[in-house]
Amino acid sequence: MNAVPVTEAELHAYVDGALPAVRAAEIAEYLGQNAEAAQRVAAYREQNAHLHTAFDDLLVEALPRRLRVGGAARRRAWYPYAAAALLMLASGTAGWHLHDRVTGARAQTTQIARVAAMAHAVYSPEVRHPVEVGADQEEHLVRWLSKRLGASLKIPHLAPQGYALVGGRLLPGERGPAAQFMYQDAKGQRLTLYVRVSNDVRAPTAFRFAQESGVGVFYWLDGRLGYALSGETDRNELLRVADAVYQQLNP
Amino acid sequence: MDQPVESFATRAMQYIPRLRRYARALTGDASAADDLVQDALERALLKQSLWREGTDLRAWLFTVMHNIFINQVRSAAANRLVPIDDVAADAFADAHSLQASDRLEIRDLDAALQALPEEQRTVVLLVGLEQMTYDEAARVLEVPIGTVMSRLSRGRERLRRLLQGMPEPHPLKVVK
Repeated sequence: MNAVPVTEAELHAYVDGALPAVRAAEIAEYLGQNAEAAQRVAAYREQNAHLHTAFDDLLVEALPRRLRVGGAARRRAWYPYAAAALLMLASGTAGWHLHDRVTGARAQTTQIARVAAMAHAVYSPEVRHPVEVGADQEEHLVRWLSKRLGASLKIPHLAPQGYALVGGRLLPGERGPAAQFMYQDAKGQRLTLYVRVSNDVRAPTAFRFAQESGVGVFYWLDGRLGYALSGETDRNELLRVADAVYQQLNP
Repeated sequence: MDQPVESFATRAMQYIPRLRRYARALTGDASAADDLVQDALERALLKQSLWREGTDLRAWLFTVMHNIFINQVRSAAANRLVPIDDVAADAFADAHSLQASDRLEIRDLDAALQALPEEQRTVVLLVGLEQMTYDEAARVLEVPIGTVMSRLSRGRERLRRLLQGMPEPHPLKVVK
């Protein structure tokens, strides 16, 4: 079956999801017949998971004073933009108190990524009914979803990034209604923005990235709202769009 | 207009938590990690004119930090007369881990990472933790992609042995 021998490098590329689908399938089959290689592949995957478990806390932990914008770089004016995106979580007062809140926020964000990725996987391939309300009724869409979620929602416009609004739908969220807005580029590649409301107000968190069965998700919390942008596109592209979404929601 | 300065800083800021996570895993020490990130941020701000708009800022920031890290490792290594090239470092780490595993098994991830030669540790972390593609990692480390792949193979295999307390080095070659 394995006409082409499996190289060590390919085993790693398999672990890292860097192989074309056809070759990955061949490797999977090879691993089915080769327990030693299969064990090593499992161990390498475990290493990656282990690394994330051990160090991912640093992504949401409050930054020490010296790494905050003012501390590291007095020479240059990165200060006025401290409010942007990620560093908000570092600008609080009591470090440990903040840390506790952030740790709580973390469990929430992981959950939102999972739910958003699933909603993306379910609805983005839809040809006939991708959304409940189309972009032609945008005003109605935003009023309806704002009312159902009990928060004033905004729909980001992503035309400058190359994505047109397809429309949106109401979804069951973890603790109540949630909204999904769908966008599409000229090639039909779709992104979805999942929004849900929580009862407690959170300090804004960093952008975090998760991957759930092939769907990449950038997600963050901001006040009562949690956002997750999902797509089966490359991470930099998704980050570029997530950044635009964030900028529009926080002018 | 000073828009570019602001947009550089704004964009660079979002990578601080990632730089910190990587530095922490790389150095095995929280305060050494923050020193490294701080040095990297200062250097990045000073050298920001060298970053080209439209290129990958994350990779650029990691490259800046990597170069600082390497200089630190090299100067520390020169003081301690530790060999730094790939092969010599491998031999050194092998001898080291064999002795260590006689006494106790290294099960702690931090300790195991620190037991990897620096060339392997960086690749294992950039790919496994930072989730860079091989190509991105190659650009950050300024080495050919083939070097990234061989360091990754050796690094992961060594880490596996360390974590499982396996003393014997596993030969790395084409699997049939």
